[in-house]
Amino acid sequence: MSKKDFDVIVVGAGPAGMAAAYVLAKAGVDVIVIERGKFPGSKNVMGGIFYRKPMDDLIPEFYKEAPIERHIVEQRMWLMDDVSHFSMGIKTQKHNSEPYNCFSVLRAQFDKWFSKKVVEAGALLINETVVTEPIVENGKVVGVRTDRPQGDLYADCVIAADGVQSFLAKSLGLRKKITPNKVALGVKEIIGLSEEQVNDRFGIKDSKEGVTIEITGPFLKGMEGMAWMYTNKNSVSIGIGVIIDDLINHNMNPNDLLESLKNHPSVLPLIEGGETREYLAHVIPEGGYKSVPRMYADGFMVAGDAAMLVDSVHREGSNLAVESGKLAAKTYLEARESGDFSEKTLSRYQEKLEETYVLQDLRYYKNLPELLEEKRYLLTEYPQFLIDAMTEIYTVDGVPKPEKFRKIKGELKSRFGYIGLAKDLYTIWRKLR
Amino acid sequence: MHFLVFIKQVPDAAQVRVDYETGTLIREGVPAIINPFDKHAIEAAVRLKNQFGGKVSVVCMGPPMAEDALKEAMSMGADKAFLLSDRIFAGSDTLATSYALWAAAKQIIKEEGPVDVFFAGKQAIDGDTAQTGPGIATRFNVPLITYVVDIKNVDPEKKTLELVRLLESGQEVIQTTMPCFLTVEEELNTLSYAPLPYLIRAAKTSVKVLNSKNTEIEAEYCGLKNSPTKVRKAFTPPKRERGEMIEGDSVDGIINQLYEKIEPVLKTMGKVQ
Repeated sequence: MSKKDFDVIVVGAGPAGMAAAYVLAKAGVDVIVIERGKFPGSKNVMGGIFYRKPMDDLIPEFYKEAPIERHIVEQRMWLMDDVSHFSMGIKTQKHNSEPYNCFSVLRAQFDKWFSKKVVEAGALLINETVVTEPIVENGKVVGVRTDRPQGDLYADCVIAADGVQSFLAKSLGLRKKITPNKVALGVKEIIGLSEEQVNDRFGIKDSKEGVTIEITGPFLKGMEGMAWMYTNKNSVSIGIGVIIDDLINHNMNPNDLLESLKNHPSVLPLIEGGETREYLAHVIPEGGYKSVPRMYADGFMVAGDAAMLVDSVHREGSNLAVESGKLAAKTYLEARESGDFSEKTLSRYQEKLEETYVLQDLRYYKNLPELLEEKRYLLTEYPQFLIDAMTEIYTVDGVPKPEKFRKIKGELKSRFGYIGLAKDLYTIWRKLR
Repeated sequence: MHFLVFIKQVPDAAQVRVDYETGTLIREGVPAIINPFDKHAIEAAVRLKNQFGGKVSVVCMGPPMAEDALKEAMSMGADKAFLLSDRIFAGSDTLATSYALWAAAKQIIKEEGPVDVFFAGKQAIDGDTAQTGPGIATRFNVPLITYVVDIKNVDPEKKTLELVRLLESGQEVIQTTMPCFLTVEEELNTLSYAPLPYLIRAAKTSVKVLNSKNTEIEAEYCGLKNSPTKVRKAFTPPKRERGEMIEGDSVDGIINQLYEKIEPVLKTMGKVQ
């Protein structure tokens, strides 16, 4: 056994790292969290929706004291082209009472609050310090090197929650190089409005209630991506994330995409007159299950974005991060009983994650990234057909209804062919099976 | 040697905007920082400690949130941190503030031993008075050297040091005895990237709170009521109009347009007929 400064070093004060540190500190483990930002949350970006469940298990009824914006009661899904959108969604009072389903949050505030709880629980938090590499002795991770003078730290175990780029996981060879077809670039603005404006424009009665809108379809010009609008207390988060390969191939700049989204006739009335308060951008790992690396090594575990734990279909990420952080901490606690922090013991961490919804959800969609990469038209042509069909049905122009339906059927046949349609349906069914 | 640094927590001036309708500062959501000049005072004290041994104490008067400033001072290398916080200080001007800080410093000396060099920034960026440091120095009746840009030839045996201070027309080199009080310029040093052990110690160490109960501070010298300075009026200079852009297809065209605009002015100056 070499030197030891702490039991556990957690790298990164995002939801994964802080969940791990919280569990460890509560169990009396001597844990240090190293964050590169000025304070936790200063560098953290997400779309803006935070799910209750995993956090509630950690800190019961956290939403009563945490800085949340609104609890979400309505979720809309838009298929959008340049002039129309076809809307679906669910608004339910079942999500309008405690314990709630999910919340809109502003991460700079939320993460700061979370870090306070972690420090109160007994963890040591060090800001403005960059971890540059793991310290490896005899094939085992024994600590980390930081960019500060006298900056080496030693511990039984290092939990890397250092985000999508995870230099730690990369330098240990756990992660393959991220390719631009497996990551999206998300850009986002927070647009300030009055509380009343947000309520009126999104059809909300009580300022505590919120609405989300996810948008995809032909307005993306065949690129794979998703746009979103989330209501905060007195602002709206609006953003768009697109696979980087697509941006390159279409010679598109994400800022321009966001500008055109903001000026879309369906979007503009919701945010018009607002003042942009913040501008944020971040890389989102969208490779799914197949890009999830081996999440452990001797004395080392990886959690959150660093382990590529993002479910892009259901816009989940921060909840998976919290869950993985918790499980990494629990695995450490088990390992501590035997004093064995070898790869073999820590492999239980990944097994545990496989047993939870985290990896089960990702596994269910494991073929989706490739399917969409092969068949980008699924994201444009079917939504376009739906928009056109709905427009036809709702247009009263003297054309008899039977003729309208024949016309729609004809369109379906000419655009996809019955065989093509059957093939696409079969492929989707098979890939998701 | 014992060094005592007086610091202030201020709103980050770079992020403060002015509400032109009411003429007041918009402080909402503006982060609080250590007054930039004070950071150089901390740095100077920590460097002297590292060179000659001893310890650095830091004191800050302010609301409970000023603890952040003291934590940051410790992560820069200060050893002891004291927060002077009490409701009776609310509304203090520089006279009342320098009294309170002087009384707090006496308490710190009681606990931590006599001070060789007192430090403060040359002024705070929010008030810009440059009075509080000198006010404390006067009460201690020690030599006061303001606008320090260099510290040389420190002699712990003879208790002397040499200082370079900035004047409007040049620099002045002064030798003084300790204890003394220095207010410092940013040019004094470049802030170092603190070693990790400093940060860890800062995270582990708590700040001691001083107030009217655990110090010998007399309320009759504190707060708004006992502050002779009254702010009668605060105003902001009018917002500058944006310059007019002259556009044209050719250089000659633009020059002609420009000339037409300035011709009347030139005429009144007698430059053209």
